[in-house]
Amino acid sequence: MSTTEKDGQKKTKSRWDSGVTPYAEMGYWNPDYEPKDTDVLCAFRITPQEGVDPIEAAAAVAGESSTATWTVVWTDRLTPYEHYQAKAYSVEEVPGTPGQYIALIAYDIDLFEEGSIANLTSSIIGNVFGFKPLKALRLEDIRIPVAYVKTFPGPPHGIVMEREYLDKFGRPLIGATTKPKLGLSAKNYGRVVYEALRGGLDFTKDDENINSQPFMRWRDRYIHCMEAVQRAQAATGEVKGHYLNVTAATMEEMYERAEFAKELGSIIIMQDLTVGYTAMSSMSKWARANGLILHLHRAGHGTYTRQKTHGVSFRVIAKWCRLLGVDHIHAGTVVGKLEGDPNMIMGYYKVLRDNYIKKDLEQGIYFDQDWVSMPGVMPVASGGIHAGQMHQLLHYLGEDSILQFGGGTIGHPMGIAAGASANRTAVEAIIQARNEGRDYYAEGPDILVEAAKGCPELNAALEVWKDITFDYTSTDTADVVVTPTSA
Amino acid sequence: MRVTQGQFSFLPDLTDEQIEAQISYALSNGWSIMVEYTDDPHPRNSLWEMWAQPMFDLGEDEADVVMRDVNACREAFPHLYVKVVAYDRSLNRQTSAMSFIVNRPEYEPGFRLERQEIHDRAIRYTIHSYAGLSTPHGERYGGPGDVSTMGGKPQAAESNGTSAD
Repeated sequence: MSTTEKDGQKKTKSRWDSGVTPYAEMGYWNPDYEPKDTDVLCAFRITPQEGVDPIEAAAAVAGESSTATWTVVWTDRLTPYEHYQAKAYSVEEVPGTPGQYIALIAYDIDLFEEGSIANLTSSIIGNVFGFKPLKALRLEDIRIPVAYVKTFPGPPHGIVMEREYLDKFGRPLIGATTKPKLGLSAKNYGRVVYEALRGGLDFTKDDENINSQPFMRWRDRYIHCMEAVQRAQAATGEVKGHYLNVTAATMEEMYERAEFAKELGSIIIMQDLTVGYTAMSSMSKWARANGLILHLHRAGHGTYTRQKTHGVSFRVIAKWCRLLGVDHIHAGTVVGKLEGDPNMIMGYYKVLRDNYIKKDLEQGIYFDQDWVSMPGVMPVASGGIHAGQMHQLLHYLGEDSILQFGGGTIGHPMGIAAGASANRTAVEAIIQARNEGRDYYAEGPDILVEAAKGCPELNAALEVWKDITFDYTSTDTADVVVTPTSA
Repeated sequence: MRVTQGQFSFLPDLTDEQIEAQISYALSNGWSIMVEYTDDPHPRNSLWEMWAQPMFDLGEDEADVVMRDVNACREAFPHLYVKVVAYDRSLNRQTSAMSFIVNRPEYEPGFRLERQEIHDRAIRYTIHSYAGLSTPHGERYGGPGDVSTMGGKPQAAESNGTSAD
């Protein structure tokens, strides 16, 4: 209870007196609370302003992301408010990082609309990230209770159905993003797609910012890409696909583009994260109803996932996208040009693919998560990877992944088809060696050199990119080590 | 052309020793094995003929048993596509874990792409095998023309590796 001076006397302020009462005293802090199986649980990294008590800060986050406003309101008493209040139940300082705390907060499932990521996010990351008493706030992880999982559709097809559709098993799928990403005419664009697919890739891809610009309108691109895809299928006897980006200014235009992709016989379309959770959910329903695989490019995520102290971790975005339903999502490469600590990325991959994920703080996973057989999402590794890294890619990312070699295909000295063949030969050689029981990670370079003896395209790729690595310090690494007091 | 379906079509054709090593890997994972063949390698043909029932209960060191079936199937259909499929029945997989070609026709004529021009420059595509789906089963890829050899393991063949001839 807080106290106020009144008439020269100390008087205890009651919970319902008008004015401002600390959040922690309004029920938003409850260290004895035992989370229910049906609660949504969140792990927030909070950085309070100087002089702000971390428990009060955690309670404020719980309050502002659930029922509270800045002052006491009597209308709370018209509700069973204890039920609707989020409860911060644990606050621990991050070891070795003074001023930062991990707060665990439980939300009753009744706070959220069934099957709506828009609603879930409006609550949990709605107002609270701008809250003044906090210097910074980051949502590190979220536990979606089984009861809530079952209100979402999940991936339109999922990893297993995609593999059966493609009839491709036992190796990572490989792809490339068309480059240059901007400026090619539809016919030239189709040329890149055709060469890459006939050379051995499974997929090619529009980049995130290829929508419908003056140099190439969407409809023309679709027609030329599908000519390329179909020609490549005839040339190889394999199912091939090009992710036709249906991202547009309005939902009506997205549907129009998706319908045309379907009419031309495309097996896959893509959308950008920038279209928003509601649009993505709508496309997910469309994709399942129409039998097209749905790829998601996480355009823009770095603005809120990258910094360690503020924003939303990508593992949370990954969970939301698995729930609302996409078949592919970009999730990092470990070895490529874009941000990514190996432990963190392996955690994202688990969150996307596995059925039951155990708490693992080294991988940034704060809670057990049960997906109750919701199909997995195929993680996509894209950005600065090449054939010479194939053993590392398989080691870190596993077999159920899509490895996208854009520059690593199109930049090949012998041409695009040769670049594709180099990548395909490399992945097959590493898988073969792994299955034969070889230590493919340690022996990877030798295995690739051996395979290159029968494949000049691979030999040339290994020569050109032999020393290319992107070895920079990650901004987001695990720092919350397991301690005896951790929940 | 070369049909590049399966896990290892970009590598030189696997030797028997290499095939056996892959089978051993599948068995060590507890996967069951199927041998399948077809004269219709259309990319969307997901149902190749089963040479025999899937082999569910083999031990890790019994790749040679599978090889007997592989060889029997290859001897029965030396002119056709034969593949080895490993199947993972575990929860939430329940699908193939491996699939690779172990026999292919000496000459692969490939596929014809047919275009039907519909409205507004849109095109509807179909792929046909040059080996001829208008040709009856058994005669494609220069087969002997005995239709009874298609659509399952010939009655005469045993899964212990005897030839179907």
